[in-house]
Amino acid sequence: MGTILKEYKYTPAKIVHGYSGKSLYINLSDLRIEEKVVTEFMKEKFTGGKGFDLWYLWNAVTPETRWNSPENEIVMSVGPLGGITQYSGTGKTLVASISPLTDIPIDSNAGGYFGPLLKFSGWDAFEIQGKAEKDIIIFIDGNNGLIEIKEAEEYPEDSHVLAEQLTREYAEDEDDMVNVSVVSSGSAAKHSLMGLLNFSFYDPRRKTVRFKQAARGGLGTILRDKKIKALVVKYKGITPNLNNAADLATINKVGVKYHKQMHDLDSKQNKMRQIGTANTVMIMSQYDLLPTRNFQTGGDPEVVKIAPEVFINEWLTQGLHDGCWYGCTMACAKCADHFLLTSGPYAGERVTVDGPEYECVAGLGANLGIFDPQAILEENFYCDTYGIDLISYATTVAFIMECYEREQIGPDHTGGLELRFGNASASLELMHQMSRGEGFGKLAGLGIRKLKKIFVEEFGADADLLEDIGMEVKGLEYAEYAHKESLAQQGGFALATKGPQHDEAWLIFMDMVNKQIPTFEDKANALYYFPMFRTWFGLVGLCKLPWNDIVPSDNYKTSEPAKVPEHVQNYVDIFNAVTGEDIDKDDLILQSERVYQFQRVFSVRMGKGERKDDYPPYRSLGPVSAEEYLSRKELYDKQLRDFQGLDPEKMSLDEKIAKLRAYREDQYEQLMDAVYRRRGWTMNGIPTPERLKEIGMDLPMLLEVVEPKQ
Amino acid sequence: MKVLTHKQELCTGCLDCEVACSQTYFKTSDRTYSAIRIIENNKTYRARKCTQCGECINMCTANAIYRDRNGVVRIDKKKCVGCLGCVGYCSELVMFYADDQEVPFKCIACNVCSKACPTGALEVLVSQVKEI
Repeated sequence: MGTILKEYKYTPAKIVHGYSGKSLYINLSDLRIEEKVVTEFMKEKFTGGKGFDLWYLWNAVTPETRWNSPENEIVMSVGPLGGITQYSGTGKTLVASISPLTDIPIDSNAGGYFGPLLKFSGWDAFEIQGKAEKDIIIFIDGNNGLIEIKEAEEYPEDSHVLAEQLTREYAEDEDDMVNVSVVSSGSAAKHSLMGLLNFSFYDPRRKTVRFKQAARGGLGTILRDKKIKALVVKYKGITPNLNNAADLATINKVGVKYHKQMHDLDSKQNKMRQIGTANTVMIMSQYDLLPTRNFQTGGDPEVVKIAPEVFINEWLTQGLHDGCWYGCTMACAKCADHFLLTSGPYAGERVTVDGPEYECVAGLGANLGIFDPQAILEENFYCDTYGIDLISYATTVAFIMECYEREQIGPDHTGGLELRFGNASASLELMHQMSRGEGFGKLAGLGIRKLKKIFVEEFGADADLLEDIGMEVKGLEYAEYAHKESLAQQGGFALATKGPQHDEAWLIFMDMVNKQIPTFEDKANALYYFPMFRTWFGLVGLCKLPWNDIVPSDNYKTSEPAKVPEHVQNYVDIFNAVTGEDIDKDDLILQSERVYQFQRVFSVRMGKGERKDDYPPYRSLGPVSAEEYLSRKELYDKQLRDFQGLDPEKMSLDEKIAKLRAYREDQYEQLMDAVYRRRGWTMNGIPTPERLKEIGMDLPMLLEVVEPKQ
Repeated sequence: MKVLTHKQELCTGCLDCEVACSQTYFKTSDRTYSAIRIIENNKTYRARKCTQCGECINMCTANAIYRDRNGVVRIDKKKCVGCLGCVGYCSELVMFYADDQEVPFKCIACNVCSKACPTGALEVLVSQVKEI
């Protein structure tokens, strides 16, 4: 099915110590396919994965490039450790592009089989530039060294149908289906700016295609703007050492030790094998961290209805393997099998719902005031198959619902949709509208930053209020953690390079619960180390979860339990064993910082990486409304007394809110100063040439951007 | 279901079983290639070998482990990707691996070791219970 527009034959490069040494470049405007050499310079400065993505992206774009410019690229890379089968979480593909939500580089990562199969097909990285005239599919056959670009007008758009069809089309038989992986988005991606990428893997036990998502920042929107319906890779013959690791014995030893920990400890710790990341929902609510009704509060008595036990006992299949790449014994990719859909174009069909992840239960559940597991799973399914980032969707709709409840917008604006907290059917209808590109759903797909402007300028909403309650920074919507009482996490979100995603830093327990980082310097050190350390997963192709979602039983006895030293050493050992290099844990941070600073300078180059871009909405820092203040009145009153020497008994509620706000905003300013110093930035947030030199990144292209801003 | 059993009171710790196993499957007398391991504890001997419990079947990350028609848990070498998840995950610590082998190995109740046992301590029994 579909006319072949271009065919390209190549000799798949042999992988040596984790690298094939080749990257694939496709330009869809002129159907050009080229091979590039991965240089020693790239390996030294950028390691791989997200590092390679950002390097290629920098060279492809100019400061004027926007998400839909033809020269914008989607770049993906799995990293040198990607595809090893002996350790958990080794199948991550890192994707980068210029985001439609932020206009700066976005990076997002996904499990699923695509990245490892791409590397085993001979490609360390894959750049896609230009735009096709009509919908196309790109197929990479790694066994036969063949790339095809073919027309795809007649293929369906929604991922659960499209990926299933393509997997069956390209596999020779049932046993061959595990060798095919598809990247696709869905019908809502072309009508919104929050489109995601689904990365498939075939589940031979359930005999169905399943997905993990590179969700953040609108990558699916870019995919569809380039008229790509799907990317398909096929590689048959996964064996234990396709990476040709320098020292397989060490990888085996470290891997078996880790698998044993998983066997012995997971059921006593996080139950990742039973419920996945959604295990934390009740804990988050208990600690006032579960964002509820647009981050107004951090929990709700109704949360018991969407507690982990509810999903384990009533919805999620237990006891079957759920890993999204070979060798992952954490197996957290849970799913609800035979789920009956009740709305939308697939109503009445039974489907497999991948998830729910924590972000789904927190975002599509509590943050929308929806405490109904069935509704959450249906929202989860449609977000995925329509290609919508459920984090941006949930945070945006939470904002819309609060605007509706506070009468900043009304039914005249929403086309009659009663977008109040708790209205699951309205949320689902909004999603279906987004898929059809109709009505208020199409508007919602623009994301909070653009909606604020429209609500104020066209609907007459209160600009100050919307600035305070619209949970976005740099144009990206917040991930689903309430964090008013953790100054460090306020920085963790708002100072994150690409926007407020928690994959840079999650410091709430260290900061708020365990009180391990009390001073500004302590917090700044944490906001140096953890973003750097977490960046490293994205350079090498690994998942973060196996690092600290299970910890050795004696971890609490170590000097720095939050770092999980034994697991950090595992990563050092595995990196050396695959690549043959000799790094230590400090070199690991250096590898990360090179790419971290590069990305910050890249953002500056694109016009958004300065102090002014690092401010959160006040809802992140403290109580905006009277109801929020009153919900934790004792705590806030005590803080006025203890930290500001005020007597709350003699103050009006408005005065108390204003004084607390002034204090907290000042605290945040001081945090920014401390973090900027620690990261080697000017007080305006620009990396200094001296710092770039110290880490070996004083490249002329970077100095050209930062020097005029010193 | 076929399962290898071991009578501690008859075992002398001669390790003939281990050699028989590693010789049969890997042509070596190196006991680290044996799917049965005799563990000494104060002149008594315990055998570590697969109980055919099947805990590894559903956890296998490549869907490569299955129970054959005799109830014996086996690894499909064509599907196994050598992740060693089953090695770490086996409660009985009886899934083994060697660095020069692409896939792990385990006792398949083949009778080679029991035939080699000079005291009759080892025996493959056929249980009426289909699955544990």
